[in-house]
Amino acid sequence: MSIMTEFTRRDRVFEFLAPTQSPVDVRHGPILYLEDVTVSFDGFKAINNLNLTIDDGELRCIIGPNGAGKTTMMDIITGKTRPDTGSVWFGSRHNLLNMNEPEIATLGIGRKFQKPTVFEALTVFENLELSMAADKRVFPTLTAALTGEHQDRIDEVLDIIGLSDLRERLAGILSHGQKQWLEIGMLLMQKPRLLLVDEPVAGMTEQEMERTAELLTGLAGKQSVVVVEHDMGFVRSIARKVTVLHQGSVLAEGSMDQVSADPDVVKVYLGEDD
Amino acid sequence: MTQSTNYGQSWLTRPFTERSTQIFLAVLLGAVALVTFLNLTMPEDSALHVSTYTVTLMGKYLCYALLAVAVDLVWGYLGILSLGHGAFFALGGYAMGMYLMRQIGDRGVYGNPELPDFMVFLNWQELPWYWYGFDMAWFAFLMVLLAPGILAFIFGYLAFRSRVTGVYLSIITQALTFALMLAFFRNEMGFGGNNGLTDFMDILGFDLRTDGARLGLFVASGIALAIGYLICRAIVGSKLGRVSVACRDAEARTRFIGYRVERIQLFVFVVSAMLAGVAGALYVPQVGIINPSEFSPLFSIEVVVWVALGGRATLYGAVIGALIVNYAKTVFTGVMPDAWLFALGALFVLVTVFLPKGIAGLLAGLTQKKASTDKSVAGTAQEAGV
Repeated sequence: MSIMTEFTRRDRVFEFLAPTQSPVDVRHGPILYLEDVTVSFDGFKAINNLNLTIDDGELRCIIGPNGAGKTTMMDIITGKTRPDTGSVWFGSRHNLLNMNEPEIATLGIGRKFQKPTVFEALTVFENLELSMAADKRVFPTLTAALTGEHQDRIDEVLDIIGLSDLRERLAGILSHGQKQWLEIGMLLMQKPRLLLVDEPVAGMTEQEMERTAELLTGLAGKQSVVVVEHDMGFVRSIARKVTVLHQGSVLAEGSMDQVSADPDVVKVYLGEDD
Repeated sequence: MTQSTNYGQSWLTRPFTERSTQIFLAVLLGAVALVTFLNLTMPEDSALHVSTYTVTLMGKYLCYALLAVAVDLVWGYLGILSLGHGAFFALGGYAMGMYLMRQIGDRGVYGNPELPDFMVFLNWQELPWYWYGFDMAWFAFLMVLLAPGILAFIFGYLAFRSRVTGVYLSIITQALTFALMLAFFRNEMGFGGNNGLTDFMDILGFDLRTDGARLGLFVASGIALAIGYLICRAIVGSKLGRVSVACRDAEARTRFIGYRVERIQLFVFVVSAMLAGVAGALYVPQVGIINPSEFSPLFSIEVVVWVALGGRATLYGAVIGALIVNYAKTVFTGVMPDAWLFALGALFVLVTVFLPKGIAGLLAGLTQKKASTDKSVAGTAQEAGV
């Protein structure tokens, strides 16, 4: 009986009837909503009632002390971790909690991990070629021939990440910073709507950091970019809007000047430096 | 990878425009033509005469070279160290052996027109079902491809789907070939037990014991190696080849950018197994016997040593390695039979220590030394500019 009533409910659309590959709907502004999300690991609440909204085309920095839940938040968005409660939406049409990692990746969320992973035995150009949005089944890949259009797309991304001169270089001999840029380029080749970037400047020189800041600010507008970073100087140089996480929820949000003046923030995070 | 890759070209025509492939084909086909010429035209007592015995020996080496190319395809480019490729080689050999057995007809010792001698000896009354069709050449040659291909497909499907990689996969491939060896040793299997299949007479109507047939098999082995090499070059030069390298070096990353890694591994593995089968099929009529010792785990390991010695992930290195080691083996086992395994072991250790990229790496290093120093200087200047 209960099964019958479940099937005849009129207030819901069955999951298999809902369109899955429809375009991302950003007419209402935000591209990513996290609402009342909570995750606990063995009773420890890594994310506690988190509410976060990222607008389409926005560049957002997320800062917070260790254990604030930054990486867990990224895991939830990319489908690696399932929250206990709450909802996560991509645009106003896609419920990310119903999708797995490759589906979310195909939908247009690219994630860059902390440690750069590029294909070291291939050239910079080839790394981008393989990452390009294309039919990735075996036989289409075997017979694939690069068209002028693809070439232009790769050139465009090479230009964005500033590695045009090193296109024939093996990725394995690039410097740490160049590998990070190449990996961002590989994400761009997949034409993502939202880029999640985890600590992009860890281990970079001052000069490389400046270059990365330019790169990320240049991307905003076309893509939405969420940057998780520890380096306050770097955050200050790129951030328009900063979200401070603390113990799994949002402590403060606003411009860098606003949040650094916030007494709570100073207490939990910036104060630690003293 | 190669700097001059033309990414826009069709995968089928690309190998013909590669310099290394052109050189390889020219050397291989030139050598085959020269040996054929010297064998046919020079008088027996001439110093330039190549005896039919030598021709058959070289034909055997060419089959080994094709097997080495097949192993290099999966090991060098896909990162799958198969220690069981001898199984696919032997299966191709058995398919050919079954065809050759059926060709004997009633000329066997027992004169049975239907049953091979060993079945008569075992008192079997009729041909087992899996021997049907092997009297027809086209069917047998199809099986040369399908028997190893289907085994590789089933094995690879199960292994790659479960994401078994690295040393675990190597161990399972060893187990595979060992299990097959034990199975083929059994008389009940219907493949001649530990004697295997032998006493062959005809192939496609030609008497195997004539010089002409032996020369023909040698030429066929050379052509098979050339075609197999071209197929491998076409794959590794394509986008699929680059994705294979990506799977080899960063499997998780490859998955993350949207490739089904297990399917790519399966495809390349099956192609490689089929090439190994063809090598085995050409090997059997030249040595005149196929028995379960070809399934021996040691043989599969030896193949890997050839590839390591020649240089991984170059394809031509595998050919060089197979030829050199097998020539050395022929010489050594003639002079000091007991010392061969020690010599092989010493060779392997020396190459691993002093030539980690094998003989191919040494050759590439010699020819590109000047070019690469020029280039790295230019590269440093560029970096400073950034």
